[in-house]
Amino acid sequence: MIPLSWYLILTAALFCVGLFGVLSRRNAVAILMSIELMLNAVILNLIVFWRYGQPADISGQVFALIVFAVAASEAAVGLALILSIYRRRSTVAADDINMLKW
Amino acid sequence: MTAMQAIFLLLGLITFLSAVMVVVSPQLIHAGLWLVLTLAGVAGLFVLLEAPFLAVVQVVIYIGAIAILIIFAIMLTRRMLREDGRQYNNLWAGAVTVSLILFAVLTFLVLQEPSLAAGSEPLQAETSVLLQDLGRSMVDVDRFIIPFEVASILLLAALIGAIYVARPMMASEEGDREE
Amino acid sequence: MEFDFNNPFGSITRLLTDLLLGLGLDQPLVAFILAVVGAGILAGATLTTAGVFNIWLERKVGARFQDRLGPNRVGPFGLFQGIADAIKLVLKEDITPLGADKVVFNIAPLLAVMSVVGLWAVVPFAPQLIGADLNVGVLYVVAIGGVGTLSVIMAGWSSNNKYALLGALRTVAMLISFEIPMVLVLLVPTMLAGSMGMVAIVDGQDVWYLLMAPVAALVFFISSLAEVGRTPFDLIEAESEIVAGYNIEYSGMKFGMFMVAEFFHSFTIGALFTVLFLGGWRGPGSETFPLLGLVYFIAKTFFMYFVVMWVRYTFPRVRIDQVMALNWKFLTPLALVIVMTTAVVDKLALEQSLPRTPVHLALNVALVLLTILALQAYARALRRKVEGLPEPEAGEVAGAAIGPG
Repeated sequence: MIPLSWYLILTAALFCVGLFGVLSRRNAVAILMSIELMLNAVILNLIVFWRYGQPADISGQVFALIVFAVAASEAAVGLALILSIYRRRSTVAADDINMLKW
Repeated sequence: MTAMQAIFLLLGLITFLSAVMVVVSPQLIHAGLWLVLTLAGVAGLFVLLEAPFLAVVQVVIYIGAIAILIIFAIMLTRRMLREDGRQYNNLWAGAVTVSLILFAVLTFLVLQEPSLAAGSEPLQAETSVLLQDLGRSMVDVDRFIIPFEVASILLLAALIGAIYVARPMMASEEGDREE
Repeated sequence: MEFDFNNPFGSITRLLTDLLLGLGLDQPLVAFILAVVGAGILAGATLTTAGVFNIWLERKVGARFQDRLGPNRVGPFGLFQGIADAIKLVLKEDITPLGADKVVFNIAPLLAVMSVVGLWAVVPFAPQLIGADLNVGVLYVVAIGGVGTLSVIMAGWSSNNKYALLGALRTVAMLISFEIPMVLVLLVPTMLAGSMGMVAIVDGQDVWYLLMAPVAALVFFISSLAEVGRTPFDLIEAESEIVAGYNIEYSGMKFGMFMVAEFFHSFTIGALFTVLFLGGWRGPGSETFPLLGLVYFIAKTFFMYFVVMWVRYTFPRVRIDQVMALNWKFLTPLALVIVMTTAVVDKLALEQSLPRTPVHLALNVALVLLTILALQAYARALRRKVEGLPEPEAGEVAGAAIGPG
C-alpha cells in the first residue's frame, strides 16, 4: 500500500531536476530534454491523482493523454526550430542565440 | 515494507537517478540515452498505478518517437564528434538553489496534508472496462470529443509547422530572392 | 496431483506453486519466482529455436530456392549448422573500435535481442498458454518494436564511424516510417475483434481475419518485412552497401546477436501474422485439445516464416528513395483508407444485421480494384511526363486514356 505522498514527492523531485536542467544548461537540445522531464513529471502527477482520487472517472486519463499530445507536438516543433537555427547560426548554445536581445 | 512498496522504491530510484544523469551528463548523447531510461521508469510507474494503456502509450510515443527525435537532433547539431565547451551557463548556482527550494516547499506541503498519506482504494472496475470507457469517452458528444479533435488539429499544425521550419534551404533562397 | 490436460500450463504452475510453498516461501515471492522462471523458459525456448533451428532452415530453404543443396555436412541433413555457426562466432576476436563508446557499444546488440524476445510475451500459443494476457497487447507489440529502433541508433553512433552513423540514420528513418502504416493497419483486427488483447483477437476469429481483411493483412505483412529489414527492404545489410551498414564495426558474438535478432524477428512476424490474421491456434478440434492448438499455431507460424523467405528469394532489393515513396505515397494512404472504410462498413453491417465476412470481403475487393485503377492512372501520368506528351483533353482522348469500360 503506497501512500500518495510518496508518489507526489517523486514527481516533485523529477520536476525540480527538469527545472534545474532548463535553467542551467547551455545546449538548446539539453534544455528541451529537461522540458520533457518536467512534462513527464506532470503527466505522472495527473495519473497519480486519477488513481488515488476517483479511478472510476476516466477523465484523469483523458487529461493525461491530451498532455501527451501537447508534449509530442511541442517537442517536434522545438526540435525543428533548433535544427533551423543550427543551419543558419552553426550553434545551438542558448547563450549565442541572442540576436533579438537588446 | 510490502512487495509493492519495494517495487515502487526501485522504480522511483531508477527514474530519479536517470533524470539526474540526464541533466548532469557531459556528453549529450549519453544524456539522451539516460532520458530513455527515465521514460521507461515512468512507464513502469504507470503500470504500478494500474494504467497499462498509458504505460504502453508512453513507450510508443515518448521512447519510440520523441526520444529518437531528440537523439536525431543531437546528432545533426554537432560540429564535431566530441563535445566541447562548457556544459552549464553562468546561472547554474541560482538554478540549483531554485530547484532545491521548490523541492523543499513541495515536499513540506505534501507532508503537511494528512489526507495525502492514505493508500489507494482498490480499483472497482477491470482495466479492460476502463479501457473501453476511455475509448468511448473520446468520441462521446457529451464528453471529450472536443479536446480530442482540438488535440488532433494541434498535432496536424505541429506536423506541418515542423516540416516547413526544418526544410532544407532551397538553392533559390540562398541566392537572389525572386519573391 | 491431477494433471488437467485442458489447462496444461495452469496445472504445471499449480504444481510448482505447491512445491515452493511447501518449501516455506511466502506467496508473493513464489509468484515472482515463477514469473521469472516462466519468462526465462519462454525466452530461452524460442530464442534457442530461432538461433539454432531457423538459421539452418533459412539456409536450407534458400538453397532449395536457388536450386542447390544447402548445408548437409554438419550432422544429419546439416541440422547442427546453427550450433556450428554459433561456436564460430563465439570463437572470433571481439574487437571494439578505437574511440568507440564502450558502454553504448556493448548494450546495443543486447537491446536488439531484448526488443524481439519481449514480443513473445503477448503471443498466445494455445488456449491457456500465453506469457501475459495484456488487454493492450497489440499496442504493446508496436511499443516493443519501437525500442528496437533505439538499438540501431546506439549501434551506429557508438561505432565512431561516419558510415555506420549514416547507415544507422537511414535505417532508423526507414523503421520509423514503416511504423505508421503498421500501427494504422493493426487497428483493423482490433476493430473486428472489439479488443486490443491478443487472446480476444484469436477468440474473435470464427472466420480468419485474412478472409475479412486481406488488404490489411498485406499492408501489415509489407510493413513488418520493412520493420525487420528483410528483402526487399534489406538495403541495410546488402552486400553492395555493407560499408554503410550500422553493424559494420561489430565482430564475433555481438554481430551474432544482431543476426539472431533479425532471424528471430522474422520468425516473430510469422507468429504475429498468425495470431492477428490466420486465427492463431484455432483449427478443427483445437478447442477440445489445447495441445492440438499449439500444433496448429506452430504449423501456421512456420508456414508464414516460409512465406517471408519466399518473398526474400523472389523480389529484388528496393532503393531507399523507392522505399520511402512506397511508404508515404502508397502504404500510409492505403492504411488510412482501410481503417476508415472498415470502421464504417463494420458499423453498417452490425446495424443492418448483414453477415460480416462477405461484406468486409466485398469492401476489400472493391478497395483492391480502386487501388489498381489509381496505380494505373498514376503510372500513365508518370509515363506521359517522361515522354513529354501533352495532357489529354476532354473528349475522345480522355475516354481512351481511362481504358476499357
